[in-house]
Amino acid sequence: MSLTLLYVQTLNGLQLGVLLFLIAAGLTLVFGVMDFINLAHGVQYMIGAYLAAMFTAMTGNFFLGLALALPSALAFGLLLEFLVFRHLYDRDHLDQVLATFGIILALNQGVKVIWGAAPLSVPIPDSLTGAIVLMPGLLYPVWRLVIIGSGLAVAVLLGLLVTKTRIGMLVRAGATNAPMVSALGVDIGKLFMIVFGFGAMLAGFAGAMVAPILSVEPGMGDNLLILTFVVIVIGGIGSVRGAFIAAILVGLVDTLGRSFGPTLLKAVMDPAAASQTGRALAPMLIYILMAAVLFFRPAGLFPAKK
Amino acid sequence: MMVKRETIFGREAFPLVIFAVFALMPIAASFGAENYLLSMVTRVMIFAIAAISLDLILGYGALVSFGHAAFLGIGAYAVGMLSAHGVKDAAIQLPAALLASATFAAITGALSLRTKGVYFIMITLAFGQMAFFLAVSLASYGGDDGMTLSGRTQLFGTDWIKRDRHFYYVVLAFLIGTYALCRSLVVSRFGRVIRGARENPQRMAAIGYSLFRFQLAIYVIAGTLCGLAGFLLANQSEFISPAYMTWQRSGELIVMVVLGGLGSLHGAVIGAAAFLLLEEWLSGFTEHWKLIFGPFLVVVVLFARGGLMGALKRLGGRGA
Repeated sequence: MSLTLLYVQTLNGLQLGVLLFLIAAGLTLVFGVMDFINLAHGVQYMIGAYLAAMFTAMTGNFFLGLALALPSALAFGLLLEFLVFRHLYDRDHLDQVLATFGIILALNQGVKVIWGAAPLSVPIPDSLTGAIVLMPGLLYPVWRLVIIGSGLAVAVLLGLLVTKTRIGMLVRAGATNAPMVSALGVDIGKLFMIVFGFGAMLAGFAGAMVAPILSVEPGMGDNLLILTFVVIVIGGIGSVRGAFIAAILVGLVDTLGRSFGPTLLKAVMDPAAASQTGRALAPMLIYILMAAVLFFRPAGLFPAKK
Repeated sequence: MMVKRETIFGREAFPLVIFAVFALMPIAASFGAENYLLSMVTRVMIFAIAAISLDLILGYGALVSFGHAAFLGIGAYAVGMLSAHGVKDAAIQLPAALLASATFAAITGALSLRTKGVYFIMITLAFGQMAFFLAVSLASYGGDDGMTLSGRTQLFGTDWIKRDRHFYYVVLAFLIGTYALCRSLVVSRFGRVIRGARENPQRMAAIGYSLFRFQLAIYVIAGTLCGLAGFLLANQSEFISPAYMTWQRSGELIVMVVLGGLGSLHGAVIGAAAFLLLEEWLSGFTEHWKLIFGPFLVVVVLFARGGLMGALKRLGGRGA
């Protein structure tokens, strides 16, 4: 195993991590503040990617496309909140799972109707194509670095927003005790709406940023959604800090496990068996991690203080 | 508790009507598109078994498992893997399928039941995903693409259940057996403890019940019964694939149970039938049937509490 490969895979893991964080941040807040399981959050990520693809094709400029996609993703999130989600906040988890599952079915099919079943591709902006040399022998695509950088920037901004501003304070208070916040005269319905729309926009941002390196296709949010749930459960529901640490952890464990798991196993068993076991074990690693975390800390690593 | 008048949708009559319809179906089918109808209804009955097993933990235990499809896959893979090695007799395949499901349920259940609420949903989801990825990695059994079976399971060396009609009645017998077993379970003392734990776990614990053991037992029973459905599903489609255990499939099983009405067992049968027939019917109109079905689900959740059985009960109550 060469050191260069290790660096490249670590950067890839980091990139997956910040991507997961962008999606998980909204989900964990919605979950923590409103006690609402939103399976349709992965769909918001898909919608973001499709909107970016559409507006980029229309304007011929990715950044202009992104600038149009973000408010559209926000508007779409608010529309869903208005039509469906706000009627589900006081229902039990099972009802929420069921209704948001229905929304996944409908929207996955909906994008197929509007944009076709074939994957769309979005070109990387001209100024940010190619790769740069990070160190001798280590080339890394610029766009992936942009994703990592913008993800980390959003994480810092979000951290400041949650810890330093009034709205952040209300969100934290809501995650701890929503009825009490409401009793103190805060319009909790409006707070829910803001948190929800903001989360939808962040997920849409994640979708738009990866659109140039992944194919934009129906159902692209489904598997990522499950990873995101793993992240927020490991991190502790309602905790943005926990979501960030868990997202990076899951991104690194998944990426490094897949590329180095079989190699490491070869040290302890014969090569054929190692590659077979490695391939079987690698995709399971993060779920094993999650089960282990829940076993020792049933409320995740950084549970919101109740 | 309010004492309710028994209606046709009450304890005894309605399930009997359902099973009578299933029993007479092949006769009606022989006048029409027999193969199509038989295989369609066989599928409905298999998923009804899976849905009943989920209703046992979801409806009676209030344990929202989001990984129930794993057992469907484990049962199916037991059939596929054994028959790939030339072991084709039900006398070995069926016990193997049940034992594998029960073992998986015992291990994952013991871990999952340490958590509660949302965390339980998520950890069962995680175990379901593990089973899914394990199946994907089984390259010698088809990996991602799945594997076609060489034929149906044999019954003590004979090809008796190769005939679709015979297989139909085998599945029906298993369905009735499953229903009867679950019905007697939920009315037993054991079932009362499970329902008590749903209503008020603290009180049950205070009375002196170790709820963990009861919940684990019901989880293992449900998993094993769903493994039975997987065994039948592999035989019905003569094909196994990781697609049996996707998290979307687990979601569909939940949809079936809730669509029919939680915690009534025959509601699960109605729900499975409604789901599969609606899927079949809508996809006859348009390939975009999910565009109709998705919003339909949302509407059911928002406006029809208690599922189809609840709606029927309300209609029946109004008429009486």
